[in-house]
Parts: sequence; structure tokens; C-alpha cells
Amino acid sequence: MLKKRIIPCLDIRDGRTVKGINFLDIRDAGDPVALAKAYVAQGADELVFLDITATVEKRPALVSLVERISVEINIPFTVGGGINSVEGVAALLQAGADKISINSAAIRRPELIRELAQNFGSQCIVLAIDCRKEADGWRVFTHGGRTPTGIDALAWAAQAEALGAGEILLTSMDHDGTKQGFATELTQAICDRVNIPVIASGGAGRREHFAEIFLQSNADAALAASVFHFGEIPIPSLKQFLTQQNIPIREARL
Amino acid sequence: MIAIVKYNAGNIRSLINALVRLGIEPLLTDDPDQLREAEKVIFPGVGEASSAMAYLRQRGLDQLLRSLKQPFLGICLGQQLMGSHSEEGDVACLGIFPEKIKKFPPLDKVPHIGWNNFEELKGPLFKGIEKTDDMYFVHSFYMEKGPDTIASTDYILPFSAAVHRENFYAVQFHPEKSAAVGQRLLSNFLEI
Repeated sequence: MLKKRIIPCLDIRDGRTVKGINFLDIRDAGDPVALAKAYVAQGADELVFLDITATVEKRPALVSLVERISVEINIPFTVGGGINSVEGVAALLQAGADKISINSAAIRRPELIRELAQNFGSQCIVLAIDCRKEADGWRVFTHGGRTPTGIDALAWAAQAEALGAGEILLTSMDHDGTKQGFATELTQAICDRVNIPVIASGGAGRREHFAEIFLQSNADAALAASVFHFGEIPIPSLKQFLTQQNIPIREARL
Repeated sequence: MIAIVKYNAGNIRSLINALVRLGIEPLLTDDPDQLREAEKVIFPGVGEASSAMAYLRQRGLDQLLRSLKQPFLGICLGQQLMGSHSEEGDVACLGIFPEKIKKFPPLDKVPHIGWNNFEELKGPLFKGIEKTDDMYFVHSFYMEKGPDTIASTDYILPFSAAVHRENFYAVQFHPEKSAAVGQRLLSNFLEI
């Protein structure tokens, strides 16, 4: 049976992890490679590295970081943040990334999704959608939820699937950072609209929230950052808890 | 020497890294002599079947790969290209295995992405690996079940997660991305 995936997300700036991470017993908590290895050992099913480097000039550092991650990590990982060209994606995939996620660049020019899917296959193209609930439905936002686009999130997801996106990373900006649980209604609305896997993101605060998103929607994976980074929810205990709720979860073997 | 077949499909960085972690320095080559002389050959691949087959035929690699006698492991698209025919681009494949490659019917999400386990499992490739162990899959096309199936996985329908005939082995999942269990499978192949 296909398992539900648990995905820690690491924010990267200038090749270093951004948020202080203080529970794992590692020497350099700012080193994304050391952190990633610790998450693999904990049983993470996949990792997402989100590059929030402010300046374009410093972006090449990301490719060498991806090379280092690929040497050390034997589970799939996605790289996202500011990716906007076929060449940029080629460099990251050659460096060892399994998937890349695109967001604003695809909103500016949806054809980018088709170009990437044709060049590299849908399986490695993740479309990240950040949205907020408004009176008439969910609308897509960019720049961390600050900039409205007016685009309907459900229609955008369907269009992205038609253009060749292989997976959707769905973040509810209404839930992100609240620790009050994932956006189950939104996630299910997207799952009803598309036939590609959906990763739910935003709102994880307790183990029960992960059970909720998997039991109340068809989400394929749940992504979180701070609850993992600060050790509030250790992945082994989370996976044990979800297994007890009869949710199909991978038992990592070391 | 362990050779990896060099062709136009995909991203082999993860496979090379996984072999290096096992203490192997693989040789990436499309040279017929080097492939014939290799102790073992790995045929990876991520990409589209008909363009990959066109590339192999243009260079005569299709005939060469079929003629190899040493232990041979196809991975993901590599497995699919070893079947008799693929619905992806409606193309005749290498025919090492009689099983055909079909597109998943849209009865559930496609691609099949994530960790999945096995319905049945046999042979030396899976030594020390259990039916309940999960490997990482990512694919929209699958090899049907047939006489060569040594592992089957159920997603939408039961398909060949692994096949074996003579010196040829092939797996649909990505052992190089499947944590410790995947590493074990690669190490089993190296011991065949």
C-alpha cells in the first residue's frame, strides 16, 4: 500500500539553514547537510529545501549545496525557491535534486510548467501554491502570502496539472504558522480537482493535526518545518502515532 | 568494474552517489567494449520511452544491451525499456522481457509517487528484504505482471515491481533513493 509521506522543510539562505534548530544532536545546526542526515535517520520520507536567498548573485551556491546533499542523502529531495528557467532546473537536477518546485515564475508564465515537464518529465515538477481563503473561494498569493494575484487556487491547480505538473505543494497562508492544524477543506478541494499527488503544508502544531489531514482529506503527504526543527514533534513518535490510527506510514529501517 | 549505461535518459547523480556509498566507483560509459567487459552493468533512466529507444537504436546500443551476459540491472525507465513494448510513445522496446509497459488507468492519482511495499517477493535481489519494506516509486507507466515477475506491488493494479530472466534484473522503484532498504538491494545486486 502506498504510504502517506512526512516531509520536513528546511529554509536555506546563502547555503545555510535559516531557523535555529536546537534539538538534534549535531555539531553545526546551520549546516543543511548535517540536518538532512539527521532527518533521514529519524525516518523522514522526503525532504524539501526552500532557498530564500535574497540576492540572485548568491544563487549558484545552491547548486553546490544540492551536490553535497545528494552525496549524503538516500531519500528523495525537492529544491525550490526562485527557480524560473529550464537551465536553472537542469543544473539542480544534474546536481542530484529529485524534484524542483516552482511558484511565482509559473504564475508569471504558466508555459514554464509545460517546458519543464517536456524537458525533464512531470515526475520532477512540483507546483507550489500559496493561498488564502476569500469570500468567493481560495485565491493564490505570492511573496509569502503578501501579494495577491487574484487567481483562483482550484482553477490554477487544474491548469498546472494540464500543463504537466506532477505534484502540488499546497500551503494555506491562513494556517501557516498558527499551529492550529492543516487546511483540510482546502486540501480536499484541491484533491477533488486534480489527479496528481498533493502535499499539504501549513498549520502543523500537534501529532493529531497530521492524523486529521490524512483522515479528512486525500493528501498524499504532509509538510512542516518548525515543529520538526524545534523537536516539538519528533518524527519517530509522529509515525508511531499515525500508524496507531491505521494511517499507512513507512516504518524506516536502519 | 561496474558500468552505468550512458544515454539520453536522466539523472544518474543519485545512483552514482549510492554506489560510492557502497565503496564502488562506477564507470559511466556508452562504449561497447567497456560495457561488454564490465563485471556488472546498471541501466538507469528517468525520461520518456520512445526518445530513449530512438537514441539507443541510433547508436546500436539496443543490440549490444540485449547481447550482454553479465549481471544487468535496469532501474525505473531502464526496466520499462527492457520490456517488449511501451505505451509511452507507442514504441517497441528491447524485448529482454516479454512483459509490456502500460499507462496506469486514472483510477487513482498518477504518477504513482511515494513509498510502497510488495505483494510478493523472491530471489537473491531481495535477500534480507521483506514484503513489508517500502521502496520509493515515481512513475506513470508500469510493467505488467508476467512469468518474469519476482516482486509485485499493488497501486491501482498489481504490477511488476521487479523482474528477472537469466542475467537480467530490473526494478521499477529507485533503490538509490530508498534509504537503507534500497542500499541493501543494490548491495545484493553487486553480490550476484
